[in-house]
Amino acid sequence: MGIHEMVAQYREMLEDSPLNLVAEWKAKHPGSKVVGCYPVYTPFEIIHAAGMLPVGIIGAGNRLEIAHADSRFQSFVCSIVKSTLELGLIGNLESLDGIVFHSICDPARNLASVFKRNFPKLQVEYVHFPQNMASPHTVNYLAAEYRTLKSNYERLAGRPVTDDDLRKSIRVYNEQRKLIGQLYRMRREAPQNLSTLETYVLTRIGTLIPPEEHIGLLKEAIAAAKERDERPKDRIKVVLEGSFCEQPPLELIEGLEAAGCYILDDDFLLGWRFFKQDIPSEGDPVENLARAYLNQSVYSGVKHDTREAKSKHLIDKVRETGASAVVILAAKFCEPALFDYALYRRALEKEGIPHLYLEFEEKMWIFDKARTEVETFVESMLFD
Amino acid sequence: MAKTAEANKTNYQGQMHLLQKELMGNYFNQMTRAAEHGEGKAAYMLISGNPVELMLAFDLIPVYPEINALQLAVKKVALPFIQKAEEIGYSMDNCAYVKADVGLFLGDRKTPFATIPLPALILCNYVGCNVYLQWFEHLAEYCDGTLYNLDIPFMRDPSGKPTAADVTYVVRQLEEVIEICEKITGKKLDYAKLKRIVALSGETGEIWSRIKGLTKNVPSPFDSYFDSVTMMAPLYCLRGTEGGLKFFETALKEMQEKVDMGQGPLPEERFRFVIEGPPPWPYLRTFRDLFSKWGAVAVASTYSTVGGLWEFGFKHDSNRPLESIASHMLEWNLTNRNFLQRYEQIRRYVEEWSADALVIHSVKSCRLFSAGQGDMREYFTKELGIPTLLVESDIEDPRYFSEAQMKNRIDAFFESLEHKKIVRGAAAAGGAT
Ligand code: SF4
Ligand code: SF4
Repeated sequence: MGIHEMVAQYREMLEDSPLNLVAEWKAKHPGSKVVGCYPVYTPFEIIHAAGMLPVGIIGAGNRLEIAHADSRFQSFVCSIVKSTLELGLIGNLESLDGIVFHSICDPARNLASVFKRNFPKLQVEYVHFPQNMASPHTVNYLAAEYRTLKSNYERLAGRPVTDDDLRKSIRVYNEQRKLIGQLYRMRREAPQNLSTLETYVLTRIGTLIPPEEHIGLLKEAIAAAKERDERPKDRIKVVLEGSFCEQPPLELIEGLEAAGCYILDDDFLLGWRFFKQDIPSEGDPVENLARAYLNQSVYSGVKHDTREAKSKHLIDKVRETGASAVVILAAKFCEPALFDYALYRRALEKEGIPHLYLEFEEKMWIFDKARTEVETFVESMLFD
Repeated sequence: MAKTAEANKTNYQGQMHLLQKELMGNYFNQMTRAAEHGEGKAAYMLISGNPVELMLAFDLIPVYPEINALQLAVKKVALPFIQKAEEIGYSMDNCAYVKADVGLFLGDRKTPFATIPLPALILCNYVGCNVYLQWFEHLAEYCDGTLYNLDIPFMRDPSGKPTAADVTYVVRQLEEVIEICEKITGKKLDYAKLKRIVALSGETGEIWSRIKGLTKNVPSPFDSYFDSVTMMAPLYCLRGTEGGLKFFETALKEMQEKVDMGQGPLPEERFRFVIEGPPPWPYLRTFRDLFSKWGAVAVASTYSTVGGLWEFGFKHDSNRPLESIASHMLEWNLTNRNFLQRYEQIRRYVEEWSADALVIHSVKSCRLFSAGQGDMREYFTKELGIPTLLVESDIEDPRYFSEAQMKNRIDAFFESLEHKKIVRGAAAAGGAT
């Protein structure tokens, strides 16, 4: 299959009813369990090591109408919280045996409780990620947190998880991340050969299938993408930031590039590219996972590391990729992303890096306004 | 109509209110002296589960940007600060406490109540609210103070208790905070002094908890929302001091007298309600009057437990000062407990404080409180059959308060409650004959 066909096929799956993929997997693996993972930074390895399938529960896109959840969560709460709850309330999460939330923001945290009350059959887990990255004591805390999670998943899976199981899973996810990284690198080096939408679809499909399958698929896609040799268009090069949790509609991602920019790097689905380096598979695997979160995880609006200013990461990313501008694409009502913007704006202005600020909503249908704004921004840069 | 509202206005000015004014005045003056004359060093903290005891042990001046923000709102001067923050990139949809404070911080930090000193220590006690992390991350970018994220693991275990690892982790961090304070102040920790302060906190908390128990009386001697907020500032700023303790002793005595005389904050107590959510500071008086006119008194509130939850049995223990500060931060405050624990807290209030109804004040700024309150309403009305009203406005931003709409909702709610009361009364009377 060529890359074009691959992307078209996966895109259709993502747009149709992505959770069908999960139901199909479950039907083929009787007795197996599935755990939904709300964004971000889920330690998938622990779920996978218990022989269960971790799948991304990342909202419901723009094809689901919210009919029930908006009476539970107010108008000023981001879309993903409501659409995720809606999926549960209309019975679309039946194939899940568990779901895990993390301490990323106040709405997501309250959502974990609401899930617990409304879906008593689901095993709802909540991980408190440490926010004191600088203390030498934190690693023990997080390792203890992961051990509790592991024993809860042993209970759900009905089997023990050995250190070797964990090491194996760590290696699998290392490989998956490495391949996604490769895909991103290819795009950064020759964005005319691989679009942002394509990397996005190829990555996102991996949130719904076993990582081993995703690895095969990524290898095929990378090989196919290498065949391409397009001529670069006259576009500005940007870095996109702010969409680490709720995801914009595919049409919007597509439209941003079409409006005249190459997105050299982005933070979409941060959840599947947590770490920059491999997690060591030797030694105590739980501790390795904990250390990886503390010392190697990529930054985002929901991690507050006092060791380094957050905006520095963004500036570095711009410099490293050779982009000339930044597009901030924040989910409406996403407080972490909105707060970050104030810091980013200050730092970008100081560094003289132009930026464009946009907001999106998962349920968005009309993209003209966003497109015009990008076009105007691009023009102002091209003809400056 | 206006006349009735006027007549129903509570002009509650007891000893406690006067003493509060005096003590808080002193507290703000101390801040101003630090800001303008460099007398003492300031430690910024957040209200939720604050470890004020540690700061006092080092004679650091505790400064709470939340209290400054709420004072700005009460004095109706918050909006220009909020707008200033919005001009530099803060969103319409960000917590307005942060925006008001940032607007203030980036200017000359002068307010009608104090000049706010710059922080030597920016101690982000992350007790539940994720916005806290952002807030202090931002302040640290805007000044030279030392930022420390004191990470408090959330109550996520089904037992509702912290794990052993949680407690160790917090105690170890408190020890690190001590080291930082030693560096900032050039003083070693005086352990005996810390113990004395923690003992004072223990006594203060106990009296506060007794005060809050008094609203179980009918009529309730004070309003556990609108009057409790008067007592909350001393609880956070002065807990662990002799003056703070004296304040609470005075308040207890005064409230007990009211109980003995069968007095309440209103001429007549006709409805008892529990209220969930922070108050609309810019319209506090207006909001209160909307309830007062119905003879409705709040007998318990979740908001008054953000800094600590003493009424269900917590007491600081001076024999284990650090462990007990850790326990307060982890377990014994509203904000670090999960949403379902809050449902349970409210359920207990309704039952044990014999309330007729639940009012949920849903504020846009504070998603810690508000996100999911629709589900809470569902639980209380459908599962428990407790009449529940949900109204929306904001804690800080005056642009989100619509008096007419608020009045309609509140009136309709109490009208229907009254109707139910009459029907129930008639049925009871009918049954008796
Ligand atoms: S989109 Fe933002 S506010 Fe919403 S759940 Fe995700 S991190 Fe929280
Ligand atoms: S979100 Fe709520 S608790 Fe957090 S800073 Fe704002 S008002 Fe305070």
